[in-house]
Amino acid sequence: MADMAVHGMAGEFEPSLFGTYSKKIGMWLFLLSDSLTFGALLFAYSYNRISNPDWPTPFHKESIINATIMTGCLLSSSLTMVLAVLAARRGDRSWTRNWILLTMLFGSAFVVLHGQEWTKLMGEGMMPWKNPWAATVPQFGGTFFTLTGMHMLHVTIGVIYLGVVALRKAFLPILIAIWGLVFFTTSADSFFHIAVHVLLLGVLIAGVILFLKPKDYDAHDVEIAGLYWHFVDLVWMFIFPLVYLMSTRVTG
Amino acid sequence: MHTVAAAHHDEGKGQYLWVWAVLLLLTAVEVVLAYKQIFQPVQMLEALMVLSLIKSALIIGYFMHLKYEIAAMKWVMMTAVCACLCLMCIFFADAARILQLGVR
Repeated sequence: MADMAVHGMAGEFEPSLFGTYSKKIGMWLFLLSDSLTFGALLFAYSYNRISNPDWPTPFHKESIINATIMTGCLLSSSLTMVLAVLAARRGDRSWTRNWILLTMLFGSAFVVLHGQEWTKLMGEGMMPWKNPWAATVPQFGGTFFTLTGMHMLHVTIGVIYLGVVALRKAFLPILIAIWGLVFFTTSADSFFHIAVHVLLLGVLIAGVILFLKPKDYDAHDVEIAGLYWHFVDLVWMFIFPLVYLMSTRVTG
Repeated sequence: MHTVAAAHHDEGKGQYLWVWAVLLLLTAVEVVLAYKQIFQPVQMLEALMVLSLIKSALIIGYFMHLKYEIAAMKWVMMTAVCACLCLMCIFFADAARILQLGVR
């Protein structure tokens, strides 16, 4: 509403340089800065990779299949997200919510598959400070977990963001239920048992936003949520080849 | 609703389905390239990065709708981030030095 009021006064303010609404420009600027965060992590990974000829290649056929399915999930979630944006522009609230929920399902599948991959690697002895394949290259674990962990956190935040846009306050008890389910059904040394606390943080932040500024999210809100989601997909398009495909172990 | 609303443009489900199919196809090509190890590592890296750049251009252009934004938005957003990311490549010279000379 604020930008409508400002731009509505002809002659008093310049029109938007980018010819679109302010929230979208804000999200684009955030995504550009976030892309530098991921850029720095990808360059740190690549720097270590170049400077260590003994870089491990631990990803067997199963890992590559798993990562390929994860990629398929993210690409499909981008398709459902863009269909949600189309439905929102048509004013079709029901299908907007349905497509967003499907997007969240794909995103959640990605996080679960990735968490399982982490659990498997940790079971093989890989930690941020060591790995069982190359004792002289302890950086592998640190760079791998930082890069993929940062991405997984972004996907989780994206799922929560979409849940808030689609379901508003009704999403909060669902989040708490998922947290309880995961926390009480996983063993104490499981990755999910610890990482699920991110959901509680999500409940806290989303709760503050929803109760301080309750609103009915419109087509513009769906579109900027979509921008964030596609960005998360975009980043994975570089992590997947650099981290997984370049470390494929063909034999075995 | 907004006086500076986004330009209306022709887009439909069919177009998005095509982009999605191409993205899946390119991913399949990447996996085959990596698993068959057709190229040497450096060539493999180049091939994978070219494919990833094509995929990212499709995502940014179609899914993120940058293709339909005005030229100022396209140029300001993309040149800024591309320039910053390219500048980070300067660190690779040091990585190559370590590879050749060791940590000294």
